[in-house]
Amino acid sequence: MSAERTDARGALRAAERTGAELRLEGLTVGYGGAPVLRGVDVRVPAGTIVALLGANGAGKTTLLRTVSGLLPAASGRIVFDGVDLAGVSVEDRARAGLAQVPEGRSVVAELTVDENLRLGGLQRFRGRRLTAAVDGIYGMFEPLARRRRAAGHQLSGGERQMLALGRAIIAEPRVLLLDEPSLGLAPRVVAQIMAVLRGLRDERGLTVLLAEQNVTSALAVADHGVVLNLGEVVADRPAEDLRTDSALRHAYLGF
Amino acid sequence: MDRLLFLLATGLARGAIFALFALALVLIWRAARVVNFAQGAMAVVAVYVAFAVTGLTGSYWIGLASALVAGGLMGLVVERGVMRFASHASPLSGVIIAIGVVMVLQSALGIAFGSNTRPMEAPFSESPIVIGGVPVLSPYDLFVLILAVGLMGVLALLFTRTSLGLQLRASAFAPEVSRLLGVRVTRMVTAGWVLASAVGALAALLLVPTELGLNPHSADMLFVSAFTVAVVGGLDSPPGALIGGLAVGVLISLVTGYLGATVAPIAVLVLLVAVLLVRPGGLFATTEARTA
Amino acid sequence: MSADTNARPAASATPPAGIEAATPSPRTSGPLTTSIRAPRERRRRSTPRLLVTALVLTLVAIGATFLLDPYRNYQFALIAATFCATAGLTLLIGLTGQLSLGHAALMAAGGYGYALTANALTDAGVDGVPRFVVSLAAAAAASALLGLLLGLAAARLKGPYLSGVTLVLVIALPAFTSVFSGVFRGDQGVQIAYDGVPEVLRRIIAVEQWQAWVAILVAAVFVTWLAALRNGRAGLRMRAVRDDETAARLQGVRAGRVKVLAFTASSVTAGAGGAVLCFVTQSVSPGAYTLAFSLLLLVAVVIGGLGSLLGAFLGSIVIVMLPWLIQTATGALDLSADAAQRLTGNLPVLVFGVLLIVVTAAWPGGIRATLPKRLFSKRMPRAAAAPAAGPDAAVAADSDLEPRTDSAAEPIPTTTER
Repeated sequence: MSAERTDARGALRAAERTGAELRLEGLTVGYGGAPVLRGVDVRVPAGTIVALLGANGAGKTTLLRTVSGLLPAASGRIVFDGVDLAGVSVEDRARAGLAQVPEGRSVVAELTVDENLRLGGLQRFRGRRLTAAVDGIYGMFEPLARRRRAAGHQLSGGERQMLALGRAIIAEPRVLLLDEPSLGLAPRVVAQIMAVLRGLRDERGLTVLLAEQNVTSALAVADHGVVLNLGEVVADRPAEDLRTDSALRHAYLGF
Repeated sequence: MDRLLFLLATGLARGAIFALFALALVLIWRAARVVNFAQGAMAVVAVYVAFAVTGLTGSYWIGLASALVAGGLMGLVVERGVMRFASHASPLSGVIIAIGVVMVLQSALGIAFGSNTRPMEAPFSESPIVIGGVPVLSPYDLFVLILAVGLMGVLALLFTRTSLGLQLRASAFAPEVSRLLGVRVTRMVTAGWVLASAVGALAALLLVPTELGLNPHSADMLFVSAFTVAVVGGLDSPPGALIGGLAVGVLISLVTGYLGATVAPIAVLVLLVAVLLVRPGGLFATTEARTA
Repeated sequence: MSADTNARPAASATPPAGIEAATPSPRTSGPLTTSIRAPRERRRRSTPRLLVTALVLTLVAIGATFLLDPYRNYQFALIAATFCATAGLTLLIGLTGQLSLGHAALMAAGGYGYALTANALTDAGVDGVPRFVVSLAAAAAASALLGLLLGLAAARLKGPYLSGVTLVLVIALPAFTSVFSGVFRGDQGVQIAYDGVPEVLRRIIAVEQWQAWVAILVAAVFVTWLAALRNGRAGLRMRAVRDDETAARLQGVRAGRVKVLAFTASSVTAGAGGAVLCFVTQSVSPGAYTLAFSLLLLVAVVIGGLGSLLGAFLGSIVIVMLPWLIQTATGALDLSADAAQRLTGNLPVLVFGVLLIVVTAAWPGGIRATLPKRLFSKRMPRAAAAPAAGPDAAVAADSDLEPRTDSAAEPIPTTTER
């Protein structure tokens, strides 16, 4: 058992930093009573953006937290770049390149913008390379560059989301999990964030699993859409179909 | 007037020790959200080690180094061995387990070495230097002040300027987010305990020669004073620990000097209750809790 | 606002376990809902039942004293006195989550209140039962006053702060008695006149048995009062505040007042315990109420099972008897005087420390959790406490109390464990 785990870790570490495939197979989460997720299968091919859609309470956050290891799965497999993540800790998943931007822009309020970014990058870079990586994020999000010394709790909602995203991508992850990045943000900021995601996919081949209630914005960047309802996958279609086919959209997304 | 100056100066030296010990409490509080009621007993174990090592080698400095090592080890053992099993659902279980650790350590010391007080020598003279006919401060007090303030400076640099410090702070403030970023939070909590326990051990080592001597309960009053300091300064605030420590040190020195040593614990109690009733978050909570 | 309107929503106000963060933890929802429902239905009938049970248990305890030799009766009196304090402490910690390390100081307040009043009455020519009752009332008043002051401070404090303040209070106790040595006589303490067996009983029982009787009666009265408090609306409010202070406030429960009440009630019983100890030993001094003793009280309630009156009673037996057993055992060994002295003073503390850690970490229900849930038949579900036993079948339902431990738990996914 422990030997297997070491192997899994080694395989994860050796991999190169391009997008990786993420596969969920028959994932069930929750004990006793009704499980929150029931036998969910989702495939996020390397270098694509998959939108995870569904109403509040459909199980989107649970799914993301299970993938990052914060919640244990009752059954099913989470396969990251061909490696089963069972028994791999949250920290090791992160170090292997599985980055999560949790719901609510969880910027560390007591740390400055600069420190938040360095924290995101220091498992991968040290010293001058870390500073360069931080500067790279500032280049991507100019408003942050002006607030380097500000503490997390002084930032606006948009700035926080930029910081949370910047902190997640600074270590060049292979798969990025995003939980409702558009929540409560101005359309202009949402568009900027979606543009960044598109750019990361196109330039670096980053794999993105994007949980959203804002269906329009999500489908605008996504390659594929997965609809969750009460813990089960009810639709798994190319984003194009969900965007254009109003009957389909009405059936699964209610508009 | 001369007496006042002398009391102020010794109060500062004593306060620097309180500040160090309070800093140890603050570090563990921030890392694990536990007030380490066992800090005093753990530090006394380390001082016993230093006492033995100094006795064997004849060198105060090797003893001091061994106190730091022993203190750190105590932190490691207590955190990994017992505190880790405290329930995260209840803030009380951490306190109760820490109390259990106090009882185990103090009674074990009592069984091993007896309850007698052993005099401990300071490495420098404890009689005050006289400047212009006014006794001010003993060389030992000066040594204590410099060492304590210097160490606090080093710790401040460690926390604000190094990536270890950044991870320690992040783990304390936002453990879940830190884990998602790949920080090994459980290791950071252990590191916080090790660091804090070494600092606490040093504080106790510095204090014992100025008191009656070493026995299993030598650090009880130190804990009480430092707890007061931590509350006065705010449990979340390292700068608060420094300022609070100096303030409480001076207060106790003045009360002891003018009213007698027996009144000192009452003064501490009154100060503690007053601060808790007026500013439960500590006097420096709003201004400085978020820095460092 | 009536308690009825207060109580109901508190149940639904259990902290949400994250909107979709897996299954709601049984830990947060379980105990509160049961505790809210149970006492409201039973309360009206439970008071007579409580009194009957208390009476029966008291008579059993009194009867038991006839089977014990004088030294055992002396120990029984100590246990009953300790039980007064531990009963208050276990309800304080279990019902309101306030961890006091200073109950020895509250006992001391009762002891001094008793001793000073008894001496004044002796000077005024009062003796016998009136002297005892008035002095006991004074003890309760003295400890209530100190407890009220502490409770007022405690109501504004959270967790470790309260523990710290009460810790400092115990450590400062000798300083108080020295500074005000005119009244408290410093380290010497206050001695009181010997209170012998009343004339009518002198033929039948020895003084130790008489002292045990007094201790049992006092414990019966005060612990029954505590049990009634716990079973009533006050207890309901305390649990609501403990489980979620904000939610309780939103329901109109005055959280501060509830905490102060709990602390004061707990102090009164501790003071009664101090008065009994003073009555039994004919003296009160700071040396008897050290930090070590205060921590022993904590040990008793933790190993008994937090929040359980029966547990507090069993814990009291352990902390009185175990040191004696160890002393007897080391006395039987062939040790040098120095080694024997080191062991007798420290070995019990070592054992208690280990017990405290192990019980808290691995066995949070304490002794109480190993006993059947309903110790007495269904007919007395809310049976309360007399010295012989503090059966608290009801508490078993309510006593999913504070330190719950997820052994070997990773810090994060607590919501989904189990």
